[in-house]
Amino acid sequence: MSIISLSGVQKHFGDYHALRGIDLEIAGGEFFSLLGPSGCGKTTLLRVIAGFEDVSEGTVLLSGRDMEGVPANRRPTNMVFQSYAIFPHLSVAENVGFGLRRAAMSRGEKAAAVEEALGMVGLAGYGARKANALSGGQRQRVALARALILKPKVLLLDEPLSALDKKLREQMQAELRRLQRSVGITFILVTHDQEEALIMSDRIAVMFEGRIAQLADPQTLYRRPVSRQVAQFIGMMSFLPGRIAGAEVTVAGLGRASVEDDQCPAGRADGDVSVGIRPELLSLLAPGEDTDRQLAHGAVTERTYYGDMTYYDVALDGTDAEVTISMKNLPGRAVLERGDAARVAWDARSLVIFP
Amino acid sequence: MATTWTRFRRWTRSDSASGLLLVSPAALFALALLAVPLAAVVAFSFWSQDYLEIDRTFTWANYRAAVTEPIYRELMLRSVLISGAVTIATVVLAFPLAYFISFKVADRHKALWIFLVTIPFWTSYLIRAFLWKVILGFNGVLNTSLQTLGLIDEPLSFILYNPNAVVITLAHAFAPFAILPIFVSLERIDRSLLEAARDLGESRFGAFWRVTFPLALPGVVAAALIVFIPTIGDYVTPRLVGGPDGLMIANMIQTQFLRLNNAPMGATLAVIAMLVVSAISLVFVALSRRWSGPR
Repeated sequence: MSIISLSGVQKHFGDYHALRGIDLEIAGGEFFSLLGPSGCGKTTLLRVIAGFEDVSEGTVLLSGRDMEGVPANRRPTNMVFQSYAIFPHLSVAENVGFGLRRAAMSRGEKAAAVEEALGMVGLAGYGARKANALSGGQRQRVALARALILKPKVLLLDEPLSALDKKLREQMQAELRRLQRSVGITFILVTHDQEEALIMSDRIAVMFEGRIAQLADPQTLYRRPVSRQVAQFIGMMSFLPGRIAGAEVTVAGLGRASVEDDQCPAGRADGDVSVGIRPELLSLLAPGEDTDRQLAHGAVTERTYYGDMTYYDVALDGTDAEVTISMKNLPGRAVLERGDAARVAWDARSLVIFP
Repeated sequence: MATTWTRFRRWTRSDSASGLLLVSPAALFALALLAVPLAAVVAFSFWSQDYLEIDRTFTWANYRAAVTEPIYRELMLRSVLISGAVTIATVVLAFPLAYFISFKVADRHKALWIFLVTIPFWTSYLIRAFLWKVILGFNGVLNTSLQTLGLIDEPLSFILYNPNAVVITLAHAFAPFAILPIFVSLERIDRSLLEAARDLGESRFGAFWRVTFPLALPGVVAAALIVFIPTIGDYVTPRLVGGPDGLMIANMIQTQFLRLNNAPMGATLAVIAMLVVSAISLVFVALSRRWSGPR
């Protein structure tokens, strides 16, 4: 049974239509992400689930119970805020134990629970510290411990890692994932970072302008996005004009290929289409290198060196459109220069067709 | 020599030099008009009046008199009590208003509300005290209104020329001083802290009591000090609306200096009043530090 069930959820802020009909089922124990650019309604949706915003229309069920009129303090959810919202006048232990005031536990049991929660996030022994003497990463952990100590059915995370630097963020991503598996609580993560969503989630809902554009597991989302908008938001994709007739597509600059139904996630209809392809699914061949794959020709217009990878923009012969190609910098492989002729290898199965 | 000159030139461009330049006018002003008179008052308090002359021999006699004679003790105690009552009344009334402006008023209207709060400052303090006399008097606005409405038969006499009138007048005069610091401390509270408290199971009132209030406490303490410190030495209001039972220590200090021609005794009472204010304020600050810090 799904632990969260939203149907027809709408939210207006005055004239602004923040949520335009959200239907969503989230299963117990799932790591679910709401991904989208700022202003897409993902945070509003999280706040609706938490009980900080009332819905204008539609229903929110938490483990089967209608949440209409139920305030945040009576919902089986807890939240990790973007700013962490650590109480500055309390110690770390008091912050973590904040929600236990009404719990039917002795003072000793509460202290033990606080210490256990701190241990779970790797802050054992930090209880006596002042909250404002903590680093960003530590505040993040305190916020997590403070929410998890109440054993919520659902933990809501509002861009929890966006304030951390890159290294720490990557470390926390792995830790959050591990923590979620060990406690088995449903996590709902709001993020604008597509990489973060791909790394951590079981399923991802991509949102644009108050609607869910696509809901899928990370692999499907990356490999078979339903629209150019989703494709561009998640990773990099080049688009070439094409024309489809039956099972065959003619792609400008590449040539003919037959495509299967799963390569047309938005449906297949004869006529002009846009053909998408990911940079890593194209390869530049070294001079004299042979291939069984299909071949196209062009010239390098730009190259960007990333250390482990080099990204090339290649203008294909016979079209104005350019494709981006990423190549691993393996030993012995020469980095091409701007203006060099390029032979591009590609496969029919890598193409994604958009209407 | 050149290096000393270079160093000096460098120093003139430094932050410490410009800082010194910025504070020195105020510092000189304070030195001339605060520190010097203060030193003079302290010096006077250890001298004595010998008819028209000042006897400059060191003596504790004034302090002995100030502590032993009941009139001084009573006036000092009354000043503390009246001032304490004013402080409590002002802060208790100011907090809800500051809370309202900070939490309920839309951001773009806050400046207007704060502006409205400062309206009492548009007239002089003296005129406001006089106005309260008109409002609270035997034939004043309040009494005639209540009589016309038939709510009372006789004019109320407990509202003018007694300590109540002093408390009412001072509480009104100092309200903006209390509202502003409380408002500032409420404004600084991150609103997500309140959501976090609600999220962690607290009711609205619980969130207020466990988060808003402790975080607003520095503003409340500032407000209390800003009201308490000047009102304890207030002279005009008790003089105008206090009657004989509403007189405070400052009225006695004035009497000593100008009527009784006993500047040393007046100075002594002034020093004692300052010490009492300082002691109470320090205790207050210490207590509030203890409450608002992590427990």
